Amino acid sequence: MPKSLLASWDHLRDSIYNAFILPRYFHGVDLSHLVPYLALIGIFGFSLSILPFLIWIERVALGLVQDRTGPNRVGPRGLLQPSADVLKLFFKEDFQPKSVDKRLYYIAPFLTVMIALSAGAVLPLANITFRLPNGTLQNVPLMVANVNIGLLYMLAASSLGVYGIVLAGWASNNKYSLIGGLRAAAQVISYELAMGLALLCVVVQAGTVNLGGIVYAQDTLPFGLTWLPPFLKGSVFSWFWLQSLIVPVILYTIAMIAETNRAPFDLPEAESELVAGFHTEYSAMKFAAFFAGEYINMLAVCALNAAVFWGGWLPPFNCFPFTFIPGFVWFILKIMSGICLYVWLRGTLPRLRYDALMNLGWKKMLPIALIWLFVLAGYSLIRQIPVHLAGVHYTQAAMLSGGK
Amino acid sequence: MAPALVLFYILAFLCVGGAVAMVTSNNPVRSALSLVISFLSLAAFYITLDAQFIAAVQVVVYAGAIMVLFLFVIMLLNLGAPEVVKKTRSFLPLATTLLAIIFPMVLFGFGVFAGLDGPTPSGASKLGTVGAVGRTLYSPTLPWLLPFEATSVLLLVAVVGAIVLARRKA
Repeated sequence: MPKSLLASWDHLRDSIYNAFILPRYFHGVDLSHLVPYLALIGIFGFSLSILPFLIWIERVALGLVQDRTGPNRVGPRGLLQPSADVLKLFFKEDFQPKSVDKRLYYIAPFLTVMIALSAGAVLPLANITFRLPNGTLQNVPLMVANVNIGLLYMLAASSLGVYGIVLAGWASNNKYSLIGGLRAAAQVISYELAMGLALLCVVVQAGTVNLGGIVYAQDTLPFGLTWLPPFLKGSVFSWFWLQSLIVPVILYTIAMIAETNRAPFDLPEAESELVAGFHTEYSAMKFAAFFAGEYINMLAVCALNAAVFWGGWLPPFNCFPFTFIPGFVWFILKIMSGICLYVWLRGTLPRLRYDALMNLGWKKMLPIALIWLFVLAGYSLIRQIPVHLAGVHYTQAAMLSGGK
Repeated sequence: MAPALVLFYILAFLCVGGAVAMVTSNNPVRSALSLVISFLSLAAFYITLDAQFIAAVQVVVYAGAIMVLFLFVIMLLNLGAPEVVKKTRSFLPLATTLLAIIFPMVLFGFGVFAGLDGPTPSGASKLGTVGAVGRTLYSPTLPWLLPFEATSVLLLVAVVGAIVLARRKA
């Protein structure tokens, strides 16, 4: 290749790369103050606009798995089927049984949606690089609330999310609904422990509970091996699924499916035993709210999975074709692969028996998670020893300058 | 009024209101939900004091786990039917009113409400973060490590005891 062409290529590459770096002050406005609002728009816009598409993906993929045609009536390849469904639910009669607990019956579906949406507040969508007036670069995670308890907030949101289901089951005044709600409560409490411990394995290694900080902690060379080439920095091998030695990500993935009450853990709405479980008595838009809440919950736990175990906005390799795709695209890709996993599992696995569900949660996943936490805590202590001997202070806090 | 004070009064109203509704409601599920509201507003109080970790734990443990367990038990025992408690003539309303008047006066007498409008103590802002709580609990130089571990052993004993009792019956 001639030298001039090579130079212009380098120039092009630099200019594209600089397009991702924003000045900190634009006409006297401190752009970093706008980050939370941008994240807010991103979270709401993404989670609400992707919903019909998710339903479409699920139907098409299930059709493929079950060797059927899938949606094919409304729009090309059934793409408008979800919109048609929403239209139908919108105009359907909103039937309310006589003996329900009115207030709770109305609150429950919207509680589900509200709590599911609020979980997005601490998710880091992307990294924004600001150039300060003196030329130094500052990395800020694109999130609504850059708080130090991000991970705990997510756990809190997912544990509060069960109230919507439990209240719906109770307020419906129907035995099937009640049993569905009870099952949901028992299931969420059981799997929350394994989920929390699996996430704790990562916290031990990252040294922070801030989700942005956890993603920054993955932007290093794999296992701290400094002799590796720089294109592996923040690569697929340094994300926490591998750095925490694979077991936590498996535990978390199982627990997240159980937490969102999806197949094969969809016992709260097992149709062969419980009619439709906790939402038996709900119709029209209230049923749609449960449906939306379930999907938003799925998005939230998949996003947490992507941010904690799969490197958040980081590209799979720190080199040319990957780094030019903006971070949020990678993040969305990772979330969507989580959703595809959901659909794949739903299409292939049979529903668990109730005692098998409890056995898996308490007798298998919880002990494994505990042992693994123990192993990883020891491992990260050992990893710090050479750093201490070299007299270098091991401060993850330096990486967290963006956090409060 | 300062915005912080307005927030304080709103949260205080929710918190105390939730607690009162929890005691007065005849319906066990509504009682439990009122307690959840009370717990959540307590968590919001912790956030206004910059104690984010305590707030998160308050939500995860109390509002998220313990109250869901309460609701679970209430539903399992099917205590859900309203108007279980028969309205009988008793000294209860009179006693409640008297206590509601006397108790705040006693608190005033002990000076609990003194200095409430002062600024938040400067040391408080760093007390409730993850790092601060962890360092305080696990530091070998502070005396809290042994009590903390002893408490966890006590809880373990309780768990083992519950399992033993449940097994003996079966």
